[in-house]
Amino acid sequence: MPAFVSGMTTLSTIRLSDPRLYQIGVLTCLVTFGIVVLDFGIHWQNAAAIIATALATQWLGGKLVGLPSFDPLSALITSLSLTMLFRTDVVVLAALAAGVAIGSKFLIRVRGKHVFNPANFAIVTLILASDHAWISTGQWGNAAIGALALACLGFLVLTRAKRSETTLSFLLAFAALLFGRAFWLGDPISIPMHQMSNGALLIFAFFMISDPKTSPDTRLGRILFGIVVALVAMSIRFVLFEPAAPVLALIVCSPLVPLIDAAFRGDFYQWHAPAGEPLFTRRPKCDY
Amino acid sequence: MRLLITTAAAVVTIALSATAQAFCGFYVAKADTSLFNRASQVVLVRDGDRTVLTMANDFEGDVEDFAVVIPVPTFIEREQINVADNALIDHLDAYTAPRLVEYFDPDPCQRYDVRELAAMASRPVSDEDMNGEREQSLGVTIEASYTVGEYDILILSAEESDGLITWLTENGYRIPDGAEEVVGSYLRQDMRFFVAKVNLEAQAESGYSYLRPLQVAFESPRFMLPIRLGTLNADGMQELYVYALTRTGRVETTNYRTVRLPSDTEVPEFVEAEFGEFYRDMFTRQVEEENNRAVFLEYAWDMAWCDPCAADPLSPDELRRLGVYWVGSPAREQQSLVQPAAQNVFVTRLHVRYDAEHFPEDLMFQETGDRSNFQGRYVIRHPFTGEASCDTSDYEQQVQERQEREAQQLANLTGWDIDEIRERIPTLADLRPEEEPWWVRIWN
Repeated sequence: MPAFVSGMTTLSTIRLSDPRLYQIGVLTCLVTFGIVVLDFGIHWQNAAAIIATALATQWLGGKLVGLPSFDPLSALITSLSLTMLFRTDVVVLAALAAGVAIGSKFLIRVRGKHVFNPANFAIVTLILASDHAWISTGQWGNAAIGALALACLGFLVLTRAKRSETTLSFLLAFAALLFGRAFWLGDPISIPMHQMSNGALLIFAFFMISDPKTSPDTRLGRILFGIVVALVAMSIRFVLFEPAAPVLALIVCSPLVPLIDAAFRGDFYQWHAPAGEPLFTRRPKCDY
Repeated sequence: MRLLITTAAAVVTIALSATAQAFCGFYVAKADTSLFNRASQVVLVRDGDRTVLTMANDFEGDVEDFAVVIPVPTFIEREQINVADNALIDHLDAYTAPRLVEYFDPDPCQRYDVRELAAMASRPVSDEDMNGEREQSLGVTIEASYTVGEYDILILSAEESDGLITWLTENGYRIPDGAEEVVGSYLRQDMRFFVAKVNLEAQAESGYSYLRPLQVAFESPRFMLPIRLGTLNADGMQELYVYALTRTGRVETTNYRTVRLPSDTEVPEFVEAEFGEFYRDMFTRQVEEENNRAVFLEYAWDMAWCDPCAADPLSPDELRRLGVYWVGSPAREQQSLVQPAAQNVFVTRLHVRYDAEHFPEDLMFQETGDRSNFQGRYVIRHPFTGEASCDTSDYEQQVQERQEREAQQLANLTGWDIDEIRERIPTLADLRPEEEPWWVRIWN
């Protein structure tokens, strides 16, 4: 089959109802806003290297495990998340991050699900492995309007993906812990407000921890998972004083997801259900 | 009894019958921090969990009843405290300050080959920049490892720290409103305090009429600067400069946006005479554009070099005295005649204007791997005013367009009135020396 025909086949498998299309749209807007308005200092070479490597790894991984068609959407989402959150001054590391991210989806799997959110896994791996990799948690600033806009846009994505419990439980638990801490310390309320209205925190909550492929299958499990991640993130932030606490907390907690799933048997999430089937199904599918 | 709080970051200054003022330097065309009132300067040396904090106090006045209370993220012992020399921070300030460079247009009638032009474009011509007047540190003898200069240091243990407020009150110091809450919050976060009182005898012996910066070395995973105490009794916004010296790369704030100061902009020639005002107004404008919520990056560079240099890089000896313990030892330097070029020290200069409303939380930092260079650099281009041997109408047109562009850029950066700027830009005809009447040369 000629290449362009197979390309068309790929495109034809993408449905407009797929929530990832909305997510890609929102992430693209955020990346553009970050580069144009907030001057993130993102090198276009890094963005190009990330997208190209992620798509190539997805294609290669798909071939190796025998996926019927090449689905670029998830790889694109991972690429955009990495472009937005991951910082490095070495292009090779940017490409490596994308390779590690997508590679982890194919290699680290339990019960037909990948364990780690790909972008999360890559960011933490690269930060631990190299001095030339970091996250700029302060880059979004704390402008209330900006935070609100991000939250609303993010929420739109979530409602399409029908997995808002993780995000909400994480945010509520994290807020409760921050406000509780401020109360205990006798700090003014402006301090936890400032800590909560952080753009990077909201992006993490709406676009990373919410990943339906790596969050628990049941509603109760997702609520529990959000709370656990918030608790761990608080500990990392105020005991270890690591600025990228939520991102680190998610990687630490991700191995709990299979355990939570084993405890609460639930529905498995599919990005796009075949016609007539619900988005949630009990039939595990090998979705990457 | 009057109480005034100096604006030093990380420091609450408690003074009796004293006035706190920023010292006012007199520099031309070099944007030194002394151009600002209430400017505090902090040098943060950070390597892993190891931190050396140097705080320059801009206190001036009667120091008889003067004490500073300094929060630190960990319990410290007396040997961890030291005094530095102001000249070290002045040198660091001069080295990292935003700079003005000037270029002279070549004769538009002359033809140069490409290489010559390129060489010209990269050559900073400013005399000041060329000479880069090096500020020599005044030698300071540290008498013994346990001396702390003109300060009497009172280190309070964890138990005594709980009684810090009581102790200060009992000793006649007035506590600013709200200090108790902040001190209480810090104590619950396991932060500790030490109190530095000025020892008049020691100060007289040292021969210094001003207070030297205090230094404290500690090991803590917290890479932060406590600014909350400084905002308590503040009169308006405060100015803070943080010079971070690290091994790996640029330092940025993790809980506030770090924004690069606009740089590499061409500005009209008259800015040379008022570079200080230009820098001050530009900074004010940028702060407003970021809604008073950003930290500004003014300089990020490998300490081994600079281009153009506002001042020479700091010597290994100066760096060591600031706490950069990983640069070569004096013994090794004496053996080697050649000064080591690569010092493995990266300097970041951050500038923040803050108050409690816009900066409720202490500044938290992280070291990034970014070693790319950045500097606040502004360019002046002098038009060619010599005698032209050809038709220069094209060149005149170009200069006019450039001057208009420079006027707009200056108005944008500083918020100055565009019409006033335009009025102050001379035309090329104004700049050229008046032509002599033809008859002058007949018999001379």
